Amino acid sequence: MSRSTRFDTKKVNSELVTLTYGTLVAQMVKDLDNPDDVSKQLDRIGYNMGIRLIEDFLSKTGTGRCLDLKDTADKIQTAFRLYLGVQPNVVNWSPAGDEFSFILDSNPLTELVELPEDLKSLKYCNIICGAIRGALEMVQLDVQSWIVQDQLKGDQNTEIRVKFIRRLEDAMPAGED
Amino acid sequence: MSDDILFELLHSEIISYTLQNADEKDKEKKDEDLSNLEYIGFSTGYRIIERLTKEMARFKEELDTMKFICTDFWSAVYKKQIDNLRTNHQGVYVLQDNSFRFLSRMSSGKQYLELAPQYVTFTCGVIRGSLANLNIQCLVTAEVQSLPSVKFHIQVQRS
Repeated sequence: MSRSTRFDTKKVNSELVTLTYGTLVAQMVKDLDNPDDVSKQLDRIGYNMGIRLIEDFLSKTGTGRCLDLKDTADKIQTAFRLYLGVQPNVVNWSPAGDEFSFILDSNPLTELVELPEDLKSLKYCNIICGAIRGALEMVQLDVQSWIVQDQLKGDQNTEIRVKFIRRLEDAMPAGED
Repeated sequence: MSDDILFELLHSEIISYTLQNADEKDKEKKDEDLSNLEYIGFSTGYRIIERLTKEMARFKEELDTMKFICTDFWSAVYKKQIDNLRTNHQGVYVLQDNSFRFLSRMSSGKQYLELAPQYVTFTCGVIRGSLANLNIQCLVTAEVQSLPSVKFHIQVQRS
């Protein structure tokens, strides 16, 4: 191998995110005693990233408003492809049409990761749930998002469930009227 | 795979998490505690270098390793090469990046100068971790005189 090896920058970048995220989680596990607290923090961090990520997403894709929840699901699918390089399937619609799941057969965040026995309750990928919630809040959709299946816990796939709560209305800023 | 912005957002969230955590632990202290942040960088660097160099030939000497950090490693992680590498040939290296990735989007005036340490600490750790895994024990500090330029000082520890 010559010294001038150019790295595959996309792969490096993806590994960089995976490893950095892993280190952050490891640090949190050290800082906080309770795995549930770690999950909560991860969700919060995801939320913070989501509210910024949506700006980037909208400017990159030039996409318009979501017509309905099916459209929203499609757009989140695009976002998965754009940011994580995976294409999840949208499945398990609830009869009322207000809930659906993303099925990921591979998850870049959990590559090179194994959960030790005493951390089985840790929701390692909670950051994705937080990001979905944060991003959708910025387009006035209030949703809940949680992990149903997790490959790290021995499941076949990773399943992330999204439930529509309500549409957020434009509120008049305080003291404007 | 994942987009560049993801790493940048994650980086700023790590900063805000560690600072917040350090605040809660010790409210008395005046200087902010960046050691956890540095440590997160260290672990990341320690791991990433292992994956980057696994197919490469062994570096002949210390300077080779530093050159690798400045060129290939830097462009893989920070999207550009180090602009200037200087050394006294006695274990002190100064790496200068004139447009550092994490600072390049901030105002280049003096306004955010005092926040700059937060944004370079992670990278100090990354350098230290990478070199540690290449069997070079060192101290890494950063110096920011004007945004977005930064100088990393590496001091190799001879045993």
